[in-house]
This record gives sequence, C-alpha cells and structure tokens, in this order.
Amino acid sequence: MNTAAYLGYWFTIFLMVGGLYILIARGNLLKKLIGLAVFQTSVYLLYVAPGKLIGGTAPIVAEGFTRYSNPLPHVLILTAIVVGVATLALGLAITVRIREAYGTVEEDEILERDRADGE
Amino acid sequence: MLEHLLALQVVLPMMAAPLIVLVRNRDFAWLATTAVSYACLVIAIALFSRVAESGPLSYALGSWPPPWGIEYRVDALSGFVLVLVSLTAAFVAPYAQRSIAAEVAPDRQYLMYAMYCLCLAGLLGITVTGDAFNLFVFLEISSLSTYVLIALGTRRKALVAAYQYMLMGTVGATLYVIGVGLLYLMTGTLNLGDMAQRLQAVDELRPVLAALAFITVGIGLKLALFPLHQWLPNAYAYAPSMATAFIAATATKVSVYVLLRFYFTVFDPAPIFERLPTREVFIALSVAAMVTASLIAVFEQDVKRLFAYSSVAQIGYITLGIGLENQASLTGSITHLLNHGVTKGAIFVLLGGVVLRAATPGVTVAGLAGLARRMPLTAFGLVIAGLSLIGVPGTAGFVSKWYLILGAIERGLWWLVLVIVATSLIAVAYVWRVVEAAYFRGSEEESRRAEAPAGMLVAALAMAALCVYFGFDTSFSVGGAADAAEFLLRGTR
Repeated sequence: MNTAAYLGYWFTIFLMVGGLYILIARGNLLKKLIGLAVFQTSVYLLYVAPGKLIGGTAPIVAEGFTRYSNPLPHVLILTAIVVGVATLALGLAITVRIREAYGTVEEDEILERDRADGE
Repeated sequence: MLEHLLALQVVLPMMAAPLIVLVRNRDFAWLATTAVSYACLVIAIALFSRVAESGPLSYALGSWPPPWGIEYRVDALSGFVLVLVSLTAAFVAPYAQRSIAAEVAPDRQYLMYAMYCLCLAGLLGITVTGDAFNLFVFLEISSLSTYVLIALGTRRKALVAAYQYMLMGTVGATLYVIGVGLLYLMTGTLNLGDMAQRLQAVDELRPVLAALAFITVGIGLKLALFPLHQWLPNAYAYAPSMATAFIAATATKVSVYVLLRFYFTVFDPAPIFERLPTREVFIALSVAAMVTASLIAVFEQDVKRLFAYSSVAQIGYITLGIGLENQASLTGSITHLLNHGVTKGAIFVLLGGVVLRAATPGVTVAGLAGLARRMPLTAFGLVIAGLSLIGVPGTAGFVSKWYLILGAIERGLWWLVLVIVATSLIAVAYVWRVVEAAYFRGSEEESRRAEAPAGMLVAALAMAALCVYFGFDTSFSVGGAADAAEFLLRGTR
C-alpha cells in the first residue's frame, strides 16, 4: 500500500470534491458551471488513469510487445467529454438567457427579483 | 425485420429529431412527432407481447456480440416501461399542437418538437439498452433535451428552473458514471448481464458498495427521491404544459426503472437488503416524501406546483415498494409507475387546456374558480384523475396502493398501512381544494363557456378514462407488473 500507486485516485477525489464545492458554494451561475465542469473532469480521470498499465503500449498487436494499455476507457471518456461539452454549452446558453431576462447572473439577485415580482 | 424492432424503438425518434430541424416547418414537425410516437407505441406493444410469450429479447447492435458490443435487451420489466413511455408519448404528441402553438414563439416551435423526439429517444434508449455506459449516454440525451423543454417555458422563472435542474441532473448523471466506472474497474465489463455474473466472483466488496452508493444517490437525484427532489416542483411548474405532461408521466419513472435494474439484476439483492440498512433507508425516505410533500401540496397556491409536489409524494409510494422488497410490494411499485404516469399525465394535459384559456401564464388555485362552468369537461376530467391520485376504489391509484398495503402487511409493518391511508387522506385535502375551487366558487355572470380545443380535450379525457380503465381491468397493468416483479425477485430467492 503506497500512496504513489494511488496518486491518480487522490487527484480524482480532489477534483471531484473541489468541483462539487464550487458548484454548491458559489452564487454566480457561471462559477457554478465551472464547478460542474471540474466535477465532470474528475470522472474522466477516474476512467482513464486505471486504463494505463506501467510499461504497457498502445493496443496495437505487434511483435515484441506483451503488455498493452486498455483502450476502452479512452473511448468511453471521449463520449463522456462530448456529453460534458454539450452540457456546458447548454448551461452557458441558459445563463445567457437568464442574463437577458433578469439582467444578472448572481443567484441571490435573481431570487430577489423573483420575490419583487410578488411570487 | 422483426428482430430489428429493438433498435427501431430508439432509432425512429432519434432520426426524427434532426429531420425536424432540417425541414424547419412546425406542421411537418408535429406530423413527424405524432407519427413517430404512434410507431413507437406499436413497436413497444409488439415487444411487450413477444416478451410475455417467449421470454427476454436480445439484439446485438451492429452485430457485435455482447458483452463486447452494445446489447439491447427487453425483458418483462423493460417491456412494461417501454409501453408506459410510448403510451404517454402517443397521448401527448397529438395534443401538443395547440398547446405549443399557444405557449411557444412560432419560430421556435419546430425546435420544441425536435427536443421532444430526442427526449423520447433518450427515455426509450435508457429502457432498452443492456449496457451501463450506453445507459448514461441515453440518460444525458433525455436530460439535456428535458432542460431545453423546460427553458422554453413562457415565464422567465422557467430559465432558472431549467438551470437548477441542469445542475442537479448533471451531478446525478455524473455520480452514476462514477458508480459505473468503479464497477467497470472491478469487473472489466459494461454489459449489465455480464457485470452481474462477474460481480459474484468479486471478493473486494468496498468498491462495489461505493459504486452502489454513487449509483443510488445519482439515480436518486434523477428520480426526485426525497430529499433530492428540490429541482422538481419548479421544473414542472414553469415548463410548457406539453413538456410538463410528458416529463411528469415518464422521466422519473424511467429513473425508477434504472434503480430497479441495478438493485435487482446487477447487484446481488440479498446483501443489499440483508446486510445494509437499505430497506430502512428507503422506507424512511419514502414515508418522509409521502408525508411532507403531500402536506406542502395542501398549502401550495400554484396549481402546477401543487401537483408537482404531489408527484414527489407519489414517487414516495413507488420507492416504498422497492424498500419493502417482496412480490406484492414490487408489483405495487411497478403498477404505480404506469398508474401514476397515466394519472399525472392526464392532470397536466388538462391543466394545459386551463393554461391555454387563462389570461395569466400561471394558474393559481383561486384562478380555478368557476372552472366547472367555463370548462365542464376539463373540470370533470380533473375530478376523475384526482380520484385516481387519491386512490379511490375503482380507479388506477387504488390498485397500486392496494398491492403496496399487501406488501407492507406481508413484512408485518402495520404502521405503514396507516401511513399509506393517512397520506391518501392528505391527498384528499389537496385534490379537494382544486375541486372546491372549480365547482363551488366563482360567480355566474363571469363564466362564459370556453372549453379547451377538441384535439387537446380528446387526449386529456382518454388519459382520464385510462385512470378508470386500469382501476377495473388490471390484466395489463398488474399482470405486466407482477411478471416484472417476479422476474426481478427470481434472483433473490
């Protein structure tokens, strides 16, 4: 049990918790999206890091190589990155619309303006 | 040809969406959406009846055999959910035309139909796929299109509701992927059936339990399990009527399906329920949802929010059945997926008509005054669906609650029977507020008859009629649910 072997996981946990914290603690809608993006990035690391074997090469069968890295996590994460990009794009688009409708991207000011509407 | 039905179930609505965007015509968009919705219903019923005859169907996408390729798989449970989703779609799509025309700007209407088709494709995809990662992709396809549907609402609060739902939903989906990632690390496979087999050989339980926790919380966010339901009331209240009707009837139900799938067919249910306090946690959260959400509904002024809180409570009944974990309670849960879907669908479709005729974008309980005179058929439909929501004998809601009570008695939890009856009484209170406003308030002179358009009314009343139909003929609802429950529990004992 050495810490170095689990370094990838520590980074993953750091990004995961950090992203989630930004998401919850910040009131600015854009900063929340940044937190969300960081949180999603941690998942990419969670998948990709264990797929790499130390001393392993790209998974192309050739003479002289016996250890190959697992290519499947990369494929999965390419898909997950696309999903993440789509989510972020949609989040930013909605934020732009919120800015147009409310004139602000601060959560507390938006709530205040809703309350001023009498609801 | 017939074996390709599994793929067509998802491919049809998915191809319709880009086609609609390319043609950019709202009438074509509506026609394509309706045609696709009906085609999906036909396919779903065909698949369901074939599964009932000859057992689970499997389809290797691109002819890559599972577990390497993505497998589409329909069994007793997913067949049932497919019928629920496509049945709702078939009712909502024809009704959508007038509602969308009134609530969405003309140049955006075709996009709304495209999003609706994508959402349908995503929900059907979640149900039909046998691959854990593919399920995530479909989950995000349905969720992203749902956020757009909500953001198209007329009031600016719809944007904030969509944003909040997007944050919560994405966190939920990401937690689910983390869980799947841990399972993949332990088993080296993403095929759900294969994963279940390999998990039995895994000795190191801690990552598996962590995966269970991540998946439970992630999917719990998606299905609005109390106390993760905060996104739901605003999302339902401010979305366009047609989107609310479709999402309320299907989205959370499909998430419940994912939970059932993981708990009973991927993980070994015995340790989940015997060695962890899963049963206690589910029962406690479900009771909390049933009681608090129902009480909030009693004091809510906005009608759509009132019924949204009622949805949170009804999801409590469904998760209660999972927590009780026996044949009767699971039958009740799965039946309630359908019954509550039809009931809530009917209510929101009817409210869509009310919104269409109302002067203001939101409808309050006070604003329903005199509804029975202005829109007698709509008010009548609301009463029927309301009775089903309460669970009055002779309606669909009664049947599923009956099985839940049987399940609670079988576990010897008599106090739960009291809770179910008590929360039904709270439901009487909030449904009565709506009925009272519609029938006993409002003056004669201000009430000009202005019934909802016929197209909308037919769909709405047909759904209300289904609430009664499933209260009497339970051969499909309870029959299908009992088969599904038996299929889920066969692994347990």
